[in-house]
Amino acid sequence: MPEPASIPAVPPASGSPRTWRRPPLVADWRLRWLLILGALGYLTLAIASLDLDWARIGEGWARGLRLLSGFLSPDFTSRWEDIQAGLLESLSMALTATAAGIALSIPVALGAARNLSPLPLYLACRGLIAVSRSLQEVIVAILFVAMVGFGPLAGFLTLAFATIGFLAKLLAEAIEAIDPGQVESVRATGAGWWQVLDYGVVPQVLPRLIGLSLYRLDINFRESAVIGIVGAGGVGATLNTAMDRYEYGSAAAILILIVAVVLVTEYVSGWVRERVH
Amino acid sequence: MPVQGGPQGPVWRRRTGPQALALWAGWLLLVLLLVLTWEAMTANQIWSFVWDAPRQAGDLLSRMVPPRWSYMERLWWPLWDTINIATLGTLSAILLSVPVAFLAARNTTPSRTLVRPLALLVIVSSRSVNSLIWALILVTVLGPGLLAGVLAIALRSIGFIGKLLYEAIEEIDTRQVEAIRATGAGPAQVLDYGIVPQILPAFAGITLFRWDINIRESTVLGLVGAGGIGLQLKASVDTLAWPQVTLIFIVILATVAASEWVSARVRARLI
Repeated sequence: MPEPASIPAVPPASGSPRTWRRPPLVADWRLRWLLILGALGYLTLAIASLDLDWARIGEGWARGLRLLSGFLSPDFTSRWEDIQAGLLESLSMALTATAAGIALSIPVALGAARNLSPLPLYLACRGLIAVSRSLQEVIVAILFVAMVGFGPLAGFLTLAFATIGFLAKLLAEAIEAIDPGQVESVRATGAGWWQVLDYGVVPQVLPRLIGLSLYRLDINFRESAVIGIVGAGGVGATLNTAMDRYEYGSAAAILILIVAVVLVTEYVSGWVRERVH
Repeated sequence: MPVQGGPQGPVWRRRTGPQALALWAGWLLLVLLLVLTWEAMTANQIWSFVWDAPRQAGDLLSRMVPPRWSYMERLWWPLWDTINIATLGTLSAILLSVPVAFLAARNTTPSRTLVRPLALLVIVSSRSVNSLIWALILVTVLGPGLLAGVLAIALRSIGFIGKLLYEAIEEIDTRQVEAIRATGAGPAQVLDYGIVPQILPAFAGITLFRWDINIRESTVLGLVGAGGIGLQLKASVDTLAWPQVTLIFIVILATVAASEWVSARVRARLI
């Protein structure tokens, strides 16, 4: 950065420096250097642990180029039947799992909202949400495949289970943030618990529920492309097969279709969410 | 809000007749779609496996406990690898996504018609492909190993960090930028003193959040051969060594919890 020379220098008053400097992020210089050295040390160790096999990487160039050429000329036709079946399976899995997940997560969300439910129920529902959130989809899929066998049903169960953690948590937070005045006024008319829920709570959280459900549908489709790798059906299984057979053209076609479907669902869900709000 | 005449005077209803009918038809279509997709999906399902599932689950559980603790000594290195994959992947993603974010933000992009759509395309394609799929591709290209994992994490994170960062850049206060510009600062100085300080907290939050997610994702990358503890998981599942699988699950859960704790602490200090 060039120093602005045109500004007349201010005479130094009692020797104090007149140029302003940004205060550092960590005020203590010893701690600052310790952090920097620690970070550098870690980086060296981590990069050293990568254990690069340059010969294999050099060999990879040719394959990378073939993969790239596969992307430039994706092969939709030769495996079209498989791709179509895989995509339909993924879409079915995503749709049914989202519906089942919504149906399951609404009661869990009601239980996990502190302003609606008693403490023991609240803790149980929050526990269920925590378990569902901390287990990765792929890991859940491994377990479900071991239980119900290979195929889309395992994927359906996985995605429905994962949906609970996501949807119930965010819905519970939305319920906790509602305006209590509306609930109170509905209750003041003599409404029972169901009626309070129906007229006092639901109208306040419905737009959020619709938005979240559509967002989750989006995520479920994306995830359905992944859990096929461990045998839970869907387009991921097709992709895995294509990669295993080194059919990069077909693999590229599948990836392009996944991206396209994700784009379409994102666009549609964005449009619906705008109309709902 | 229509009011309809009833035998005992007018009755309030939420919707008019056609609206109610349309809503009902919509629900019918949705249910029909669900039934159809369910039928299509489970056409090849062998149901005897499913009815057997509770017994299978019980059987699995009895095989999974107790975890084989002695296997732990062979998990330390893969665990270290897993953390390295997540951290190096996040760092590389930062290097790649910051320029992309500045190119994608409406107020900093050099060209809205040419560069911005390109940057957005990079972000979207990176986001719609899961890191496990990136890893699947990279393993066939680069061979199995940590490098494929690091790059897979990086490629997936570009879209995430890029998207959230460019949204943060678009929301900055323009007056601060103007004030810096009014002092005669060049473009680089405007960036350094006018824009960066405003997005730094968001940037720290986003990268920490992503690092957290990446720890989670890097634990399973080994399933496709991209290094880390997932390799051990795959080996144990393939050989039906369920006590080892339990131990690996415990280690993964502990790592995820620890990374969440670390990122929460760092976030509290930084933001």
